[in-house]
Amino acid sequence: MECLIGIRGKDFVLLASDSVAGRSVVAMKKDHDKMFQLSSKLLMAVSGEGGDTVQFAEYIAKNIQLYRMRNGYDLSTKAAASFTRRNLADYLRSSTPYMVNLLIGGHDDNDGADLYYMDYLGSMVNLPFAVHGYGSFFTLSIMDRYYKEDMTKEQTLALLQRCIDEIHERFIVNLNSFKVKIIDKDGIHVLKDIRPTTKPPVEAEGTQQQQQLMDTA
Amino acid sequence: MTATYDRAITVFSPDGHLFQVEYAQEAVKKGSTAVGVRGNDIVVLGVEKKAVAKLQEDRTVRKIALLDDHVALAFAGLTADARILINRARIECQSHKLTVEDPVTLEYITRFIAQLKQKYTQSNGRRPFGLSTLIVGFDYDGTPHLYQTDPSGTHFEWMANAIGRSAKTVREFLEKHYTPELATSDKETIKLALKALLEVVQSGSKNMEVAVMKHKQPLKILETEEIDKLIQEIEQEKEEEAEKKKKQK
Repeated sequence: MECLIGIRGKDFVLLASDSVAGRSVVAMKKDHDKMFQLSSKLLMAVSGEGGDTVQFAEYIAKNIQLYRMRNGYDLSTKAAASFTRRNLADYLRSSTPYMVNLLIGGHDDNDGADLYYMDYLGSMVNLPFAVHGYGSFFTLSIMDRYYKEDMTKEQTLALLQRCIDEIHERFIVNLNSFKVKIIDKDGIHVLKDIRPTTKPPVEAEGTQQQQQLMDTA
Repeated sequence: MTATYDRAITVFSPDGHLFQVEYAQEAVKKGSTAVGVRGNDIVVLGVEKKAVAKLQEDRTVRKIALLDDHVALAFAGLTADARILINRARIECQSHKLTVEDPVTLEYITRFIAQLKQKYTQSNGRRPFGLSTLIVGFDYDGTPHLYQTDPSGTHFEWMANAIGRSAKTVREFLEKHYTPELATSDKETIKLALKALLEVVQSGSKNMEVAVMKHKQPLKILETEEIDKLIQEIEQEKEEEAEKKKKQK
């Protein structure tokens, strides 16, 4: 039921995740942050099995910090994503696999902004935009239609708003708030939560006529 | 008599010595000097940079290692042993954050390193680590600390200390000149560390490496120009002192 969205723009990556923390049919928390900071310019959004998500994310984050301490510089986005994928794949065929789907967004000086999509089976792809969860059924086609390379932050946020509006329109589960973060050359920035655009209530045409008839009667 | 009691370190000598540990301390005394000074808002580490061979590449910051964003370590003794200890300490810093969500306190990581060293003084077939360390940093609440560990596995907290070659001379200098008022000024704290180091090192920024850390700020390695400027100030002050004394006479 969780939805993670990632969009790569001009020298930045935008990551958005729904903020519902649910168990079975209950929404436990409505302002939950599913994104973890791996380093100053690396962000990971996770979804999947309850404890696995946090456990795996924190484990990866601390190992990336260790790399920085040992070597004096941060891992590149590509290397960090490969390391993450390697861990997912190794644990997959152990008795304790991690059921975690994730998006990694990062920026480094050599390759600029990068977005990686990874699933719990350890497959990984570098994509201009990516979505995890049922939300993908509704949003990928929106992105296919409106995504362009090198969009500005405003354009990307507008695209994200379209996606969230579509999810609100058609997805049976109510995901009415998304946490949004941007990674660019200056680091990780937290933006305001995004909610679906409130539309004015639509009155069916029939009721207006009926009302008129009743008034005259 | 000493020769028969230093093969296996698990053996005490008749008069209660652990000779391997004492020999390790000798190795430390041969290492290049390291000085640490704790101010009220700043901690300073200074190390002697041994001159490199003509054809060797000069690599900066070999003796001051960052264990975590808020902890730095300088050592005197066997560099290779230090690498192992530093690596274990770095892993422990991250592991601590992973399990308890808090960064290590200086006391915790010092205790960890000291316990590790002690383990090697009581293991079969292993020799002690041949180095002493000076560990500086700030706890999460902002209090600065300076700790020292020995090959024996003991650890102490200090306001200012030195290890390695001529440590005794430097420590005596620090004892004479360290005052609580001095600790309130960042600049004076750095200058004290420099002055102490200058007691045993040839004057000049190319013979020393100085690193400072302030609360919630990353470790800063002072540039050669900065060190040179401070050394100039120190020498000027020395001259003025000498002039004053002459006039008094």
